[in-house]
Amino acid sequence: MSNLAILPILIPMLSGILLAFFNKNINLSRLLAKALTIGNLLYVSYLFIRVSQDGPIILETGDWAAPYGIVIVADLLSALLVLTTNIIALAAVWYAPYSLSKKQESHYFYTFFFLLITGVSGAFLTGDLFNLFVFFEVLLMASYALIVLGGEKVQLRESIKYVLINLFSSILFVTTVAFLYSVVGTVNMAHIAERVAEVDQRGILTTISILLFFVFGTKAALFPLFYWLPRPYSAPNPVVSALFGALLTKVGIYSILRVFTLMFPQQSTNTHELFLWIAGFTLVFGVIGALSTTNIKLIIAYNVIPAVGFMIMGIGINTETSVSGTVYYLVHDMIIKGALFLLVGAIVLLAGTANMKKISGFIHHYPLLGWLLFLSAFVLAGVPPFSGFIGKLLLLQGSFGADQIALSIIGLGCSLLILLSIIRIFIQVFWGEKDESYVPNKKLARQLTIPVSFLLFFSVALGIGAEFFYPTVEKISSYLMDPEQYINSVLRGNP
Amino acid sequence: MRIPNDLILRTTTNLIAFILLAFSIYLFLAGHSSPGGGFVGGLMTSAAFVLMYMAYGFDTVRKIIPINFRLFIPIGLSIALLTGLGSFVFNQPFLSQTFAYFHLPVFGEKELATALLFDLGVYITVIGVTMTIILSIAEDRE
Repeated sequence: MSNLAILPILIPMLSGILLAFFNKNINLSRLLAKALTIGNLLYVSYLFIRVSQDGPIILETGDWAAPYGIVIVADLLSALLVLTTNIIALAAVWYAPYSLSKKQESHYFYTFFFLLITGVSGAFLTGDLFNLFVFFEVLLMASYALIVLGGEKVQLRESIKYVLINLFSSILFVTTVAFLYSVVGTVNMAHIAERVAEVDQRGILTTISILLFFVFGTKAALFPLFYWLPRPYSAPNPVVSALFGALLTKVGIYSILRVFTLMFPQQSTNTHELFLWIAGFTLVFGVIGALSTTNIKLIIAYNVIPAVGFMIMGIGINTETSVSGTVYYLVHDMIIKGALFLLVGAIVLLAGTANMKKISGFIHHYPLLGWLLFLSAFVLAGVPPFSGFIGKLLLLQGSFGADQIALSIIGLGCSLLILLSIIRIFIQVFWGEKDESYVPNKKLARQLTIPVSFLLFFSVALGIGAEFFYPTVEKISSYLMDPEQYINSVLRGNP
Repeated sequence: MRIPNDLILRTTTNLIAFILLAFSIYLFLAGHSSPGGGFVGGLMTSAAFVLMYMAYGFDTVRKIIPINFRLFIPIGLSIALLTGLGSFVFNQPFLSQTFAYFHLPVFGEKELATALLFDLGVYITVIGVTMTIILSIAEDRE
């Protein structure tokens, strides 16, 4: 039944509501949250298998036919991203009890956590531009609550910036949807795509597409609009940072990917040139930020930015290879950013400080944690057997194919500097003399390592099993490059 | 502490609060065929509660209406969501609605739609959110 498509949104939403009833009973909340996340992950895997076998599942909510009602479209890309989201959610829910205080947990952490997952899954699955806005707000509202959870001074200061910038971009989003509605007269994505192809007035549509790009670029932290990201992402609790770093900016990237492959693929000469420039600047500025600081949480937060640059590069080149590179990199980056934020959060929790100059010799106390960081640095930078490599290889293939030599060199150089920025943490924190006065907390470290290793397992599998995953990614990118398939399956009701 | 003597305010509140409550329920029920609905109905109900809180003070009203408004939010949300989920039972797409004509005592022949249940969820959520915001700001005296 087509209702399958909406369950990845409904299960977390119901769980969030359910857990709001027993916020004071922490043990029950934890148990329920874990059980519900596992259940959701199992369900989403089933959905993913169904979608990859039978093609997209489309739900017309309320039994209203496609352009009139809201459609939920679970195609292969959406299902893959929702699956990744739920893998990260599972790791986060296992990590949360050890990094949050009891008081923070009882202040509706799990409710907001599930609402965040609801918003992210909804944004991935919706087939309606205004509904996308609504799900953006759902996830942003939950993220506002999560960023201030705990109420420290730093969090309050950073949350003001975060809320202001996101409110501004949401206002711009609504305005842009209003412009688009006045031009094409619909908000259904497939219907917009169909009508945009028929309209002669190119100028206004290009303007609208650039406005949409700026909206999603603000959410995704692209070059001129990224300044809000690093500090608000490093301020909250590690588990919250991990959710933000892994999920929120990627929703922006997904939206750009969807909008520019589905709705505005025609006037690529204007827009995609802009994307390439922005991608180059995003890469360079993100890496400069990552090398500029000794705060390890901030280093990881800055590393979100060049990753976004890589993905925009793939979208800007707009060939089948580069788009499949973007999709591969998107999935890889969600998982590895989740793992890195959790890992660095664990180091900060164990050491009691985020300044890497003040920590040294951790390898004697926590060898496993050290080698996991070492491994994730290699995964992030794209050293061959790991998952970052395949994505970057495809992106570079695409950019050499499109004669973007300068951009490819920038990409390669930035990969090297990304590796340097993480290895710096490894060298500073883990090398050095054993500090005898430090009392290690082995038990906490073990508990915190479990979710991190869980995520890294997927990262490594994604790289080593590339041959197994690549056909899916290739299928997604050929599907994305041919918007007719999407339009036909949504508007004409044949899956 | 000086006890304020606001007889006029309290007497008018006694009257107006009930008119407000009745009007808000009217708005809530009228939403299907004329302006109104769960959102504005919920806002007006909370306006009636806020008026009572203003006239009689926090402790008195808490004794009259011993409800934890914070719980209204998940209750309202689950009503709205379960109304949508109800369509699963009848093998219909999510959020499908249906209606039927009933012969009610006093009111006569009336059309009842499941959209009203969804609206009830909205109504309760709006009351919960508004009252939680206002009461938690008012309670914060440190």
